[in-house]
Amino acid sequence: MNAARPAARPAIVTRVLEQPWLWAYLGALLVWLATITFTQGQGAGEVISAALAFGTFSVIVGIGQMYVITLGPGNVDLSIPATMTFAGAVSMKIMGTQDAMIPLGFLIAIGCGASVGVFNYGLIRLLRIPPIIATLSSSFLFQSAAIAYGRGIKIKPPPILADFATARIAGLPILALVTILFAALMAVVLHRTVYGRSVVAVGQNPRAAHFSGISVDFIRFVTYVLSATLAGICGYFLSGFSGGASLNMGAEFLLASIAVVVIGGTSVAGGYANVSGLWGAALFMFLLVTMLNTFGLGAGVRLVMTGVIIIAVITVAGGKSANS
Amino acid sequence: MTDLAVAQRSLRGLPSLILSPRFLRSALPALSLTVLLLAIFYLQPRTMSYFGLNLLLNLALPIAFATIAQMCVITVNDLDLGIGAYVGLVAAIGATWLNDTPLLGVAALLGCIAIYAALGALIHLRNLPSIVVTLGMSFVWLGLALLVLPTPGGKAPDWIQAIMKFRTPWLPFTIYASVGVALIVHVALMRSAYGAILRGAGGNPRSVARAGWSLLRTKMTMFALAGFFGMLSGLSLIGLTTSADANIALRYTLLSIAGVILGGGEFVGGRISPVGAVIGAMTLTLAASFLSFLRLPPDWQIGAQGGILIVVLAFRAIINRAEARR
Amino acid sequence: MPEILVRLDGVEKRFGAVQALLDVELTFSRGECLGLVGHNGAGKSTLMNVLAGTVSPDNGRINIGADDLTRGYDVTVAHRRGIRCVFQELSLCPNLTVAENARVLHPALKGFGWRRRAGELIIGKLDEVFPGHGVRAGDVVGDLSIARRQMVEIARAFSVTDVAADLVILDEPTSSLDSVVAAQLLAFVRRYVGSGGSCVLISHLLGEILSTADRIAVMVDGKVVDVRAATDHSRDSLVATMGSVAKDERQANGAATESKRVDNALKVRARPAGQTLGPELLVHRGEIVGLAGLAGHGQTEMLGHIYANRGRAPAGMQIDGPVTLVAGDRQTDGIFPLWSIARNITVCSMREMLRYLLVQSQSEKTMAEDWRQRIGIRTPDMNNNILSLSGGNQQKALFARALGAEADIVLMDDPMRGVDVGTKQEVYAIIREEAARGRCFIWYTTEMDELFHCDHVYVFRNREIVADLARHEMTEEKVLHSSFEAAA
Repeated sequence: MNAARPAARPAIVTRVLEQPWLWAYLGALLVWLATITFTQGQGAGEVISAALAFGTFSVIVGIGQMYVITLGPGNVDLSIPATMTFAGAVSMKIMGTQDAMIPLGFLIAIGCGASVGVFNYGLIRLLRIPPIIATLSSSFLFQSAAIAYGRGIKIKPPPILADFATARIAGLPILALVTILFAALMAVVLHRTVYGRSVVAVGQNPRAAHFSGISVDFIRFVTYVLSATLAGICGYFLSGFSGGASLNMGAEFLLASIAVVVIGGTSVAGGYANVSGLWGAALFMFLLVTMLNTFGLGAGVRLVMTGVIIIAVITVAGGKSANS
Repeated sequence: MTDLAVAQRSLRGLPSLILSPRFLRSALPALSLTVLLLAIFYLQPRTMSYFGLNLLLNLALPIAFATIAQMCVITVNDLDLGIGAYVGLVAAIGATWLNDTPLLGVAALLGCIAIYAALGALIHLRNLPSIVVTLGMSFVWLGLALLVLPTPGGKAPDWIQAIMKFRTPWLPFTIYASVGVALIVHVALMRSAYGAILRGAGGNPRSVARAGWSLLRTKMTMFALAGFFGMLSGLSLIGLTTSADANIALRYTLLSIAGVILGGGEFVGGRISPVGAVIGAMTLTLAASFLSFLRLPPDWQIGAQGGILIVVLAFRAIINRAEARR
Repeated sequence: MPEILVRLDGVEKRFGAVQALLDVELTFSRGECLGLVGHNGAGKSTLMNVLAGTVSPDNGRINIGADDLTRGYDVTVAHRRGIRCVFQELSLCPNLTVAENARVLHPALKGFGWRRRAGELIIGKLDEVFPGHGVRAGDVVGDLSIARRQMVEIARAFSVTDVAADLVILDEPTSSLDSVVAAQLLAFVRRYVGSGGSCVLISHLLGEILSTADRIAVMVDGKVVDVRAATDHSRDSLVATMGSVAKDERQANGAATESKRVDNALKVRARPAGQTLGPELLVHRGEIVGLAGLAGHGQTEMLGHIYANRGRAPAGMQIDGPVTLVAGDRQTDGIFPLWSIARNITVCSMREMLRYLLVQSQSEKTMAEDWRQRIGIRTPDMNNNILSLSGGNQQKALFARALGAEADIVLMDDPMRGVDVGTKQEVYAIIREEAARGRCFIWYTTEMDELFHCDHVYVFRNREIVADLARHEMTEEKVLHSSFEAAA
């Protein structure tokens, strides 16, 4: 017994070290430590709370993007920002700041997202347009639809929705807690359900997946709809969080959704996904910005650092598949 | 007599040539531009003048340059999601350093092109997905642009403004310049000896490598060219706007991809068309004006660009399907 | 004595468990066309790849003229020494024109007017080889028919700028050409050889070989077993030489197999897409049916056709029961490279392991362990990555995946490629055992020996079934005859 224990520990340590999500959390921790060292401990808790609150939205769309990217090379959803704006604008306008309409508005946001997803996959499948172009051109359409529908004004959310989206329990944002649970659920879906396994299988080898009895087209369809639906939900809550649906509210989420997926340890070549890494990456990205702000550095340095980190991560992680 | 018979026969062959999928596919970009232009002339006859055309096509040139840049990257089966931010950086450098200390400005611009070539090398050597690398670079370019020019402003060098506002006879400068760019790039990529190798590297890299050509070199060349045309895009843009803003051209990323595809280029396989790409860029520019003449709210401008893209791609899908059936 | 251009000496190559080439000695002379024949996997293509510099041998020497070029021999060296190869997969750039493709092969075509020179070069050669070809220098290769692409590829290999084309390898050059054009090519080969060139011709049409080649080399199991003047051969003697290692204890009891057909239900009835007449593929319960013929003659497509129509067979086709497939091309069609062995095995059976919508890892583990013992997968841990296994054990995992699924019809797409003998014997036993339990197998194989495990064999040629042989009437000669040419 005593002899077995020390032998077991290194095995666990190596297994943990092999986890790709580890680096995102480690990075987040380091950045946080650097920040609070600089501020001499001031605002340590608030920073984490804010990171959770803002990271929530990157994680929600990141989950959808991660499923899409996992489908394999060439698969990416560029319509996420437009879908967020579209769903946000439509649901806010229909709810018209009435609390009673909140559930209906939620369903409408889901409906908007799902229809974008169906439309996207229709373009991909029926017109044989590569996913990048298909989601790009549909994003043009839905962005316009949102602008035309919203008439350029910031539409306010119902008060209860706004309260919910910004509410905190013991300093932690409720929405973030819900999203943590949701991410856990999506991790289970990914690893334990037939659908999740099929997504991963298609991403590794679509021909082998076909010959293993998986309906490749159906899996792709569901995944694009899932991604757009999550973008719709994200748009709904983001409107609540930021005091209304604005027309460029999705803009930063195109880059953010892909960045959290890559930094979180999901394989860009498809076939391997990691949900927990999304949270690590989202926290890391926010905390990095906070740190650079704290240091008094401007937006320029902040952006350059973000870009360099993304490229460094992909260069280190992507090298494994280079010889295939 | 025999000449006449030959002429008659070739005339009879004409309809079948025009209806052949290959001809239709290559004529589609020009056809869409013509239809759009005619529709605009019909709706607003006053645009059929020097000033009208100038107004319509004012911003076409920078978009055409960005589209050509994107096309270079697409030729070797990659995609550049950072071109918009890069154009912004060039604009920022152009409106500051290039104006104040030209030597530094030129050096910085050359440095940018060198970075592009290095990106091509990195993507080739490490076999990285270009989408993610260039997406990361878009942060870098934007950040650098903000460092160079933290707030909108600066001043474009007078000589660039002079070029862009040059009054050419008959037709506006933009049209001459666009035709010139299309022809030069066409000769370089479609007619030159090394151009064939560059496109071949997108079509069948293995066989090109087997014939003894360096794929690393082709990739670096195409990325460097993308950096070069991206630079022209940024400089021509500030020539028109006279000042710069780091965010000035973020839309160009999506527009340039759409322009290449509209122009008949394909995503993989090295099938590109420089002339088509310029036409595609002009079509996208005109689409916006077209809608304003239709009295559709400007809100639908981007949507129309998406719609046109989808319609053209749908046509292409139909043509391809007809071809597959034959 | 003709001048010897290239001499291969003791060339050996091994791919994993497979000895692809064994002590090959062969010379290629000026003014001579060498015919190279052999059944699937005899090593013809590997040998030609060695010669063209795309595969480097493990052992042996390559001499060109008087120089030993073994060290650092590659495509560039081969090209510089005038060795050209027309590969079976097309190596033109589909997005370029005919003239531009000539340019890719000839760096000398550059500078002002290169397009005209490239066009004249390639069209001139096309005119010479295939009069009336109908190809223009400006045609985009991707728009040409397969036959014309093949013609361009062949003409390009024979075209000459600053480097001579001394030795041209033609690997199944006529497979996509019609008979008129094929005759043009063969006549050109004779003219080319007559003017001092050297040519290697690989073909499944023995008539072509006999009429065109001066010397014929026969390969069996990676060895050159016979080199003789073509005049010393007849079609029958060639077939006999190719099958010279035939064993004889294969005439098994035919009566038992016939009774399977009578007693058991018909499970599959199908024809290759495009074939309307001739024999149909029939498979009964408990039967093992072999698909034979040369590689690439429609067997894999037949399996794909059956798989794609499972569960909803169209009129004229019958597929009775769930279908599963064992891939032969492991990397492309079979393996999920990022998954463990266990997950690779259980992927087809996920639905049977659900509880509350979740796949139960305990059932996965049980199934994986079960199959590890039944089929003997050699690994310390089924949770290891699938790529940690040897090729043979990966193939066993794919068998376990298919056999573990609840399917009565098992398709096998030449699954024993590159598998060692021991593993093969184990798998054969399992197949027989499963067939006895009532499963039926449709087995495409490129190995003659494996056909003798089948109750019934269908021979494919040019995407059609050309022969239907029951076990008791099947001999190696009959299969070879049907695969190589119609009984004249």
